[in-house]
Amino acid sequence: MITPPVVRRNTPQRYRLEANKCAKCGKVFFPPRLVCDACRGRKFAPVTLADTGKVVACTVIRTPPTGFSDLSPYCMGIVELKGGTRIQCQIADCEPERVKIGLPVTLEFRRVQEDGESGVLAYAYKAVPAR
Amino acid sequence: MRDVAIIGIGMTDFGELWHDSLRDLFVKAALAAMDDAGIAHLDSMYVGCMTPGLFTGQEHIGSLLADYLGQAPVPATRVESACASGGLALRCGFFEVASGASDLVLCGGVEKMTDVSGGRATYALATAADQDYESFHGVTFPGLYAMIASAHMAKYGTKREDLARVAVKNHANGLLNPHAQYRMPVTVEQVLSSVKVADPLNILDCSPITDGAAAVILCPADKAKKLAKGRAVKILASAHATDTIALHQREDLTWLKSTAVAAEKAYKMAGLKPADVDFAEVHDCFTIAEICVTEALGVVKRGKGGEAVRSGYTARDGKFPVNPSGGLKSKGHPVGATGIAQVHEVVTQLRGEAGKRQLKKARRGLTQNMGGSGGSAVVHILEVMR
Repeated sequence: MITPPVVRRNTPQRYRLEANKCAKCGKVFFPPRLVCDACRGRKFAPVTLADTGKVVACTVIRTPPTGFSDLSPYCMGIVELKGGTRIQCQIADCEPERVKIGLPVTLEFRRVQEDGESGVLAYAYKAVPAR
Repeated sequence: MRDVAIIGIGMTDFGELWHDSLRDLFVKAALAAMDDAGIAHLDSMYVGCMTPGLFTGQEHIGSLLADYLGQAPVPATRVESACASGGLALRCGFFEVASGASDLVLCGGVEKMTDVSGGRATYALATAADQDYESFHGVTFPGLYAMIASAHMAKYGTKREDLARVAVKNHANGLLNPHAQYRMPVTVEQVLSSVKVADPLNILDCSPITDGAAAVILCPADKAKKLAKGRAVKILASAHATDTIALHQREDLTWLKSTAVAAEKAYKMAGLKPADVDFAEVHDCFTIAEICVTEALGVVKRGKGGEAVRSGYTARDGKFPVNPSGGLKSKGHPVGATGIAQVHEVVTQLRGEAGKRQLKKARRGLTQNMGGSGGSAVVHILEVMR
């Protein structure tokens, strides 16, 4: 769903990779959480995720959902960032034959969905092969 | 808690049922189950349905379905846990009977998926993933399971052909199931050359979009023998577990923890080991899912799910048959109905009424119903009552 409140609320994560870290056990959460699932701690400090990492799982989407047909086929992956946190995103600027587990990637700021029902553009991170 | 038994089962055919509405599908399955049990009234009912609002525009279906079944004003509850909604509906009914609150409870499942376009259906299903951190980026359910497959292949050396063999096996079983949506055999070559959906998964690795409903009738076990005339099946265990719904937040992408935890609880509740169960109906929404599920259930060791299908271990005539009904893959996957349809097959096998696909050894069977990419799982173990 792409509506102004949703886009606005997700901006710290989608634009700036803002996460939080449990003050008690040090586990990092993206998106930030209110309770640590490891130690149940409720005190957190803000942290920013690294923007480099490697692909740990991947696919090429050839039957896209509504709103993504212009991009098809496109690569999707689970990326383990430096520091160990995993995120899921598209892998852009990457031919389908090139995407594989272990591929080093960098996160870049990209347009993710072109047009929601309310005409709002949604931007966020995509991974690109490390240059 | 009282012991609980299943004394009636019913289901519609699964398929693209253009003439049947959500309410008609449910009522047909529910009436079949009530007729099978020989009862005319219910104390209560639970209905698993994932997203009638997105698929048909209709919410508030508990009351709607109770009314059209001619059972209003009985309490009627819609249960939702994505594709595990049906299994969870059974678990809710199980507790209501076990607690002594009610004697005759219907547990059903229904999904009417073909009133919307393929794109809208894909969107509706994707709401079972993390909207802000998965679906937002353009991933689909085949895409999520494809990533699980990529990790499983890299970690354990599972072959692309092993995935295809799950489809071949389940279509061979579904061929013998009159309720199945796709009663056609497929070969490894056909799976590998079918349309690509999300690499490495092709269309023949995916369960279809399906309309359908299923229902079972529960009652206290001590009343079941008389009511069911020797065809009652006892629920030995009912277990449920959760996990992160976002795939990327799991420590091991290849390990379905919710299924493993639910299975462990179910074996403990029944006082059984995996080897004490004769067969299983599992959630093969994609071919890779069956491979991961057999591992999480303890049917085979971690990483050996591919080998299990390659060697014929999980075939209908193998040591541990998996999905004798044809599974979601061939029978069809009306998401809310699937968990109950799995129970329908296990009860049919335990009663010895499965016709051409009847298993030689069927005293105890297990069902595993899973929501999303494994964010929820429900496991039941059933045993024939003699």
